[in-house]
Amino acid sequence: MYQLYQFVTGPIAWMSFGIFFIGVIVRAITYIKGLNWQADRVTYTVNVSYGISGALRSVFFWLIPFKTRSWRVNPGFTVLFFVFHIGLLVTPVLLQAHNILLKERWGISLWSMPDAMADVLTIAMLVAALFLTLRRIALPEVRILTNAYDYILMLIAVAPFITGFLASHNASCYDFWLILHIITGEIMLVAIPFTKLSHFVLFFCSRAQIGMDFGIKRGGMKGKGLAW
Amino acid sequence: MAEGILCNRRPINTEEELQTLLADKSGKQYYAEMNELDVDTEKLEATLQKTLKSRLKTWLEICAHCGLCADSCFLYLANKKDPEQVPSYKIQSTLGEIVKRKGKVDNAFMQMVMDTAWSKCTCCNRCGMYCPFGIDMGIMFGYLRGLCFSQGFVPWEMKIGSGMHRIYRAQMDITTEDWVDTCEWMAEEYEEDWPGLCIPVDKENADIIYTVNAREPKHYPEDIAEAAILFHLAGENWTVPSEGWEETSLAMFAGDWEACKLQVESVYDAMHRLKPKRMVVTECGHAYRATVIEGPYWAGIKTGKTPIESFHYVEWVAEALRTGKLKIDPSKRIKEPVTYQDSCNYIRNAGLGDAAREIMSYIAEDFREMTPSREHNFCCGGGGGLNGVGRYREQRNIGLKIKRDQILATGAKLVISPCHNCWDAIRDLEEVYKVGIRWSFLKPLLIKMVEVPEHMKPED
Ligand code: SF4
Ligand code: SF4
Ligand code: SF4
Repeated sequence: MYQLYQFVTGPIAWMSFGIFFIGVIVRAITYIKGLNWQADRVTYTVNVSYGISGALRSVFFWLIPFKTRSWRVNPGFTVLFFVFHIGLLVTPVLLQAHNILLKERWGISLWSMPDAMADVLTIAMLVAALFLTLRRIALPEVRILTNAYDYILMLIAVAPFITGFLASHNASCYDFWLILHIITGEIMLVAIPFTKLSHFVLFFCSRAQIGMDFGIKRGGMKGKGLAW
Repeated sequence: MAEGILCNRRPINTEEELQTLLADKSGKQYYAEMNELDVDTEKLEATLQKTLKSRLKTWLEICAHCGLCADSCFLYLANKKDPEQVPSYKIQSTLGEIVKRKGKVDNAFMQMVMDTAWSKCTCCNRCGMYCPFGIDMGIMFGYLRGLCFSQGFVPWEMKIGSGMHRIYRAQMDITTEDWVDTCEWMAEEYEEDWPGLCIPVDKENADIIYTVNAREPKHYPEDIAEAAILFHLAGENWTVPSEGWEETSLAMFAGDWEACKLQVESVYDAMHRLKPKRMVVTECGHAYRATVIEGPYWAGIKTGKTPIESFHYVEWVAEALRTGKLKIDPSKRIKEPVTYQDSCNYIRNAGLGDAAREIMSYIAEDFREMTPSREHNFCCGGGGGLNGVGRYREQRNIGLKIKRDQILATGAKLVISPCHNCWDAIRDLEEVYKVGIRWSFLKPLLIKMVEVPEHMKPED
């Protein structure tokens, strides 16, 4: 067991993080290199200041709950969306256990939150995931878009949280859940650049692009900025 | 590879081809031939490889299938929330499939794609404002229309329209001579009431070059006279070009990018030739979108801007009222409740919402906003060429319900619509649903309200 633990937290972890970081950077670069001013009809390299302010507005408005009209007219979804994503991104980074491990292995660590808070975030995130999944099944307009891939991705995203939660609250099979937790976490990291989870970075690319489109071409130079 | 005589992959380039296609009433033979038209799958794949860049590819890939775009589409709402009208579904099941199958699709599939691209999307771009990723199905449908056009799967009227641009540099068969004659005729016709009125053609170095929608010389020449009267009252030094006067682009609706380029270049040539200070475009939404917003890109102008600064008519009116070039007689302001149709093409996609409000503050006493309004307004129901395609008349009429209900909810009976397409759609919605509304461009209303200085009145 100990050997396995060493293996998945050693070389495999290195590899997963490597694939994740490099993969995400490659995705962003390929995206940017594939932009084409004439095909997209946006002068990315002219009127730059309008482009930047359009891009920043477009990202910023969508990162704040209820800041856009779309968030406001879909309050239920908005709550699920933010609870899910905050849990997903904040918990692993600020978890005490992760930071202890980080300190041990690489000698660095961030501020970590109390474990009780991590529990709340995890449970909230899992509940949000459950409702997002039920929503997929229940609403005809979402059901028609859904395929197996969507469920697999959801599974990849929640698996490290379920296993992590069980590991920290289930002393009897601690080792089992812990190792499963590490493996599922690594699967998620590796999956990010290769699947739709690449929206981890492409969300920002795509939002910035459409922001530049509106900021440069579609009225940004005449109006006072699109009311997202 | 099988191609028809009328329905084929070649665009219309001669007067003769155009006449033959026009003679085929409502495209009966054309659509019959379409059933036999082969898909050139190799060409389709090559086009995809060359033109499908990271923006569109990424949109197709990362769509989270969340359905948040559903309620943003007026066609989804008007069709009783039919899941097949969800924007993401519409694009994934068409363009998404073509990409997945690397262009290996058949005739029946392409006909389904054509019907979707022209009858289930007006390219109003509203969904793009509601998707967390900013995925804009309107842009993707524009691209898809281009693919359809290059394969010959395009509605009959659209093929004719793009052919018109190729031959006449106008969406209708109006020659330079017809156009200049119409201008002269209108000036003469109205000169008695407006002493000194003229429509200067090809005057160099004017302050304003004015360009129009071909429907005006063809069907509503008074519109040109009204524009002349208002410029005359405002004391503008203006002109119209004898060539390059047409702003609209059915080629844009058709997905014929080559014709789009030819068309806007005719206008830009007029700018270079006559060296005016700025351009003002008539009350038309897609015309402004085509020539001012998208056109510079088709023409390969690296700044993304027209050769001289260009303004929509509402910008000119707002400025004329603000600076006092045009003064409204306070007793003649519109007293009844009145609402304003925000055209997607120059409000959502060109940021002119404020100009429209400014005008209303001068001319209306009881202005009622639609809900939602400005950038978030719904399409009139007839955009993207949908108004003009006989094959989709029924779908168009269903789509009009959203605008009908929006207008009725304001309580206003008068709708101001400074966009030819919206104007048509609202006229048709009254014809179909008989709700008792009236609709108008700005020009005729302004002429009734504006103060006329003594020396400009006719001597009687
Ligand atoms: S809102 Fe955007 S991400 Fe969601 S289904 Fe529609 S296009 Fe896809
Ligand atoms: S562009 Fe407009 S019509 Fe087309 S799918 Fe989006 S909202 Fe619907
Ligand atoms: S006709 Fe008017 S409202 Fe409709 S799509 Fe065009 S600009 Fe928008």
